[in-house]
Amino acid sequence: MLKRPGIRLLAAALCLAAAGAVSAASPEQTYSDSGPEPMLDQVFAHIEQNRLDAALGQTERLLKAYPNFRLGHLIKGDLLMARSRQIKTLGNVDNAPQDKLADLREEAIARLNAYRGKPQADYVPRYLLQMHPEQKFAVVVDTQKARLYLYRNVDGRPRFVADYYISHGKAGTDKVREGDKKTPVGVYHVTASLPRQKLTDFYGSGAFPISYPNEWDKRQGRNGHGIWLHGTPSNTFSRPPKASDGCVVLANQDLDALAKNLQIGTTPVIISSSIEWLSLDDWQTERTALSRSIDEWHRDWESLDTEKYLRHYSKRFQSGSQGLEQWSAQKRQVNSGKQWIKVGTTNISMFRNPGKEEMVVVTFDQDYRSSNLSNVMKKRQYWMKEDGVWKIVYEGGA
Amino acid sequence: MPMAEKYNIMTPRRFAAPLRSLAALLCMGALMLAPSAASADTLQEANRLMKQGQFGPALEKTDQVLAAKPKDAQARFMKGLILTEMNRHNDAIAVFTKLTEDYPELPEPYNNLAVLYAQQRQFEKAKNALEMAIRTHPSYATAHENLGDIYARMASQAYDKALQIDSSNASAQSKLAMIRDLMSVAARPTALASRSTSGKVQASPASVAKAEVAPVVKAEPVSVAKAEPNPTTQPAEPKPAATVEAKPSASGKEAEKAIRDWAAAWSKKDVKAYLAAYAGDFQTPAGEARSAWEAERTRRINKAEPIQVDVENIQVAVEGDRAAVKFRQHYKSGKLKTSATKAMVMVRRDGKWLIQQERVAN
Repeated sequence: MLKRPGIRLLAAALCLAAAGAVSAASPEQTYSDSGPEPMLDQVFAHIEQNRLDAALGQTERLLKAYPNFRLGHLIKGDLLMARSRQIKTLGNVDNAPQDKLADLREEAIARLNAYRGKPQADYVPRYLLQMHPEQKFAVVVDTQKARLYLYRNVDGRPRFVADYYISHGKAGTDKVREGDKKTPVGVYHVTASLPRQKLTDFYGSGAFPISYPNEWDKRQGRNGHGIWLHGTPSNTFSRPPKASDGCVVLANQDLDALAKNLQIGTTPVIISSSIEWLSLDDWQTERTALSRSIDEWHRDWESLDTEKYLRHYSKRFQSGSQGLEQWSAQKRQVNSGKQWIKVGTTNISMFRNPGKEEMVVVTFDQDYRSSNLSNVMKKRQYWMKEDGVWKIVYEGGA
Repeated sequence: MPMAEKYNIMTPRRFAAPLRSLAALLCMGALMLAPSAASADTLQEANRLMKQGQFGPALEKTDQVLAAKPKDAQARFMKGLILTEMNRHNDAIAVFTKLTEDYPELPEPYNNLAVLYAQQRQFEKAKNALEMAIRTHPSYATAHENLGDIYARMASQAYDKALQIDSSNASAQSKLAMIRDLMSVAARPTALASRSTSGKVQASPASVAKAEVAPVVKAEPVSVAKAEPNPTTQPAEPKPAATVEAKPSASGKEAEKAIRDWAAAWSKKDVKAYLAAYAGDFQTPAGEARSAWEAERTRRINKAEPIQVDVENIQVAVEGDRAAVKFRQHYKSGKLKTSATKAMVMVRRDGKWLIQQERVAN
């Protein structure tokens, strides 16, 4: 009689990290149970307890919901194969292309870890310090977790909406050069919407280019272009975690859901290799400190005390071809001829740049009035913390 | 032994194991199931024609029987086989399906349905049919083997989807065995009479031809599931077991020891000693050539998993240089564990007791 060999090893082979220190107090707030992960998690739970029939049944349901889910088919193959021989690992296929197997294993790990290690409900990504009122949503990507998180703007404060599995560059993150197959890390926004009809099937249900390279990227000499959020080919539910030439790739249904919330030219897309999470208290502290610096800069500018105003600028300041010296000289000259300056700053957004450097991208509408000149513009500044003080390293129109 | 012949789409390797329990089952309905002597003869004729590849006449004969006895299970089963041979698979499916509805306790129609479904790559249906066969007869070896193959094929299909490859010529090298034998278990005298005269059966040209175009490429079989369900499955002989009596004679002791040595050789994977336990005129289970049988036994015994064969409750009835031996056999290898009652006919040659027939007799 056929006895089913246990394939507990299968789960073990994945080396699944136990749910991390963070566990959701109220899961519906930090995780949308809409993707395949809940069912996938149950499949593995059954496998770990050697309930292989239940695991297969659940896998069948999973595949009914996601017919092109390759990982699901792989698990199904294993569960069927386990009925006639010992299964030693996930993807017990003879003569299979090892790279494809490795890809699917990585996807399994990414999906399950993201599901089991959900971020805590009262934690937010450090990057979303301030969304401006017109930014209804913000997107934050964690490439290591292969996850995209969508936040809603509730009075400037991010509130979790949904998260989705994503793929990123084959060669990882920190894009530097055209064709390096890496995904950039930084603060970007959606710049356009390319409908399905204008694209090949490869991009699935649509594409949303983002603003790589941004001002900071260019200054660092990073190049390349065409970093998009996009979907998957029609015969593919999802791609491996590291699969693209640098784009962020979502399942078509996820892209469709996300697309409803994207505002062209407005919605921020912040890509990190690993999201830093802050408690709401810590987040509030950071945001207050930076806001205070911006307020001071603003007041000092209006004060016509040019030296006081210029102390907000870093020695490394650069705007176009101007370094700090030229910038300072120009400001001294301009300000000397003015009786008064009034600066209005509205719609401020503040997004911390992911990475080692403490840098925040600040964007606002500037309404500048003075005794001899007025203008209205959208301005962007990069603030960097130097010796505990926030300084401006870049300033320009946005 | 025509009734013992196996119809096999891919290879003459497997053999259906009609079980004694099935015989008992059928005996209850024997009056209804067993055709009259006349129609039995007609069916014999149909069977002969089928083996000669004369499917049209075979079908005609079968239909003659069915005209008189439309419910006759054996004739319908035969018709299903003939239609299968004629590649009228949908018609064959209809016949076997109806049989499963009318005789849900018979495993063979389910098994053959599964083989047909598998050919159409309807693996889910094939699986369900085999599970029904096993539900009715949990120790049904062929159904288990076939089910193992179905799982392997379904797995392969799933792997193909997972990896976007086409492994149809690489991984699912499995063969499904169709059961040709339904009513041998009904213990009909006509069948017995022909057994002694017809001698060995060879694969018909038709099946050989089919094997060549079979979609599944022959290669190393996939599953451990196939390992050793009932290595020598032969139709349960109607010879009443009542003639077997335990006689603590000296020759009885010798025969008993021969069985124990045989089991020990099997457990030790001593293929040479194992094969040496069989007489030169051993009746191979599917009527295949001795060399083919030996090759298959060698291959199976040499599989990676350890084998443990225990025998108990050995009963020996000696009649001169022949002995009827019955015992309980516990087989364990890898994930597979079976217990069965074995009935053997042993012959004494040069003072050594050798196995001439081996069958499962539950």
